[in-house]
Amino acid sequence: MHGFRIYLLQRISAMIMAPLVLLHLGVMIVVIQGGLDSAEILSRTRGSLFWGGTYGLFVLVVSVHAAIGIRVVMFEWMSFKGFKLNLVSWLVFAVLLMMGARAVYAVVA
Amino acid sequence: MQEPTDILQVDVWRGDTSGGRLVIYQVPQQLSQTILDVVTWIQREQDPQLAYRFSCRVGMCGSCAMMVNGIPRWTCRTHVQKVVQNNRLTIEPLRNLPVIKDLVCDMSEFFAKWKVAGGQFMPRKTRQDPVEPLLPDSPKRAAANAAVECINCAICYAACDVVTWNPGYLGPAALNRAWSLLNDERDSGQQARLRAIASDAGCHNCHSHANCTTYCPNELNPSASIAGLKRLAARAVFTGNL
Repeated sequence: MHGFRIYLLQRISAMIMAPLVLLHLGVMIVVIQGGLDSAEILSRTRGSLFWGGTYGLFVLVVSVHAAIGIRVVMFEWMSFKGFKLNLVSWLVFAVLLMMGARAVYAVVA
Repeated sequence: MQEPTDILQVDVWRGDTSGGRLVIYQVPQQLSQTILDVVTWIQREQDPQLAYRFSCRVGMCGSCAMMVNGIPRWTCRTHVQKVVQNNRLTIEPLRNLPVIKDLVCDMSEFFAKWKVAGGQFMPRKTRQDPVEPLLPDSPKRAAANAAVECINCAICYAACDVVTWNPGYLGPAALNRAWSLLNDERDSGQQARLRAIASDAGCHNCHSHANCTTYCPNELNPSASIAGLKRLAARAVFTGNL
């Protein structure tokens, strides 16, 4: 189905994702409590290397993690194999990465 | 022998490789009756063509496992009183293994996976060498001992959903055996075994549902063994040994 390295990649992506999720939730709570509107949020994120890098990394690891997870589900429950399995896995990765990158661009560019 | 006090309604799967169905039998209930007693009674008293497998009758040989009310169990050590529901029992062949006839499964694939996972002991020394001292309290020996009492009954294999979804997966019994040997300091086949348990059919397919641990009649913990294998294989990847 998939090699041990793909399994490791999913575990490592989860380890990177976990603190980023906590950071994101923390930021959301602080922003809402602070009463910032979207214009004020964007004024802080636009041109910021930190927020661009943070959310860029988040989008990348989510795309890797979710694509591998969905790959396993497709193999085990839908009997996808070989080329078809690889193709759909890469497609899920590409779509998630594209959508996420678009969102990050909209916030920091 | 106590007189029968009640009649059990027992649904037994009858069939072969081409398919089958549940057949109802009426079995007199006895004191301290096991599921194996029920199956034996049916074969002796009602249907001599019923095929099933058993040997030791005392929970050592691992040959009498069947699905009882949908749960894999060693039938020689399972008392009817413990599992009967409304005086009814359903007895079927083990899940995840091809049926030969009635309650008898083909175990070839199960044992072949033991070999693939490196389940054979590969001694480092010969019989001419002095006996190697083993420290029973060392962490590795403790880990090997904790996993070593498997009786190959295939209950964990029948309980494993990952085996159902992915028939190529080595399964909990073979991986538990590999874990035991990977912790055995007398063994010389560790590198090949490590490659086997990290192959596409290997330990990382496990989703840690722990059905194997829940139903293991010997109260082993194959789920923990597989978690140990995952750690070992991950370490081997990062240290360039895999």
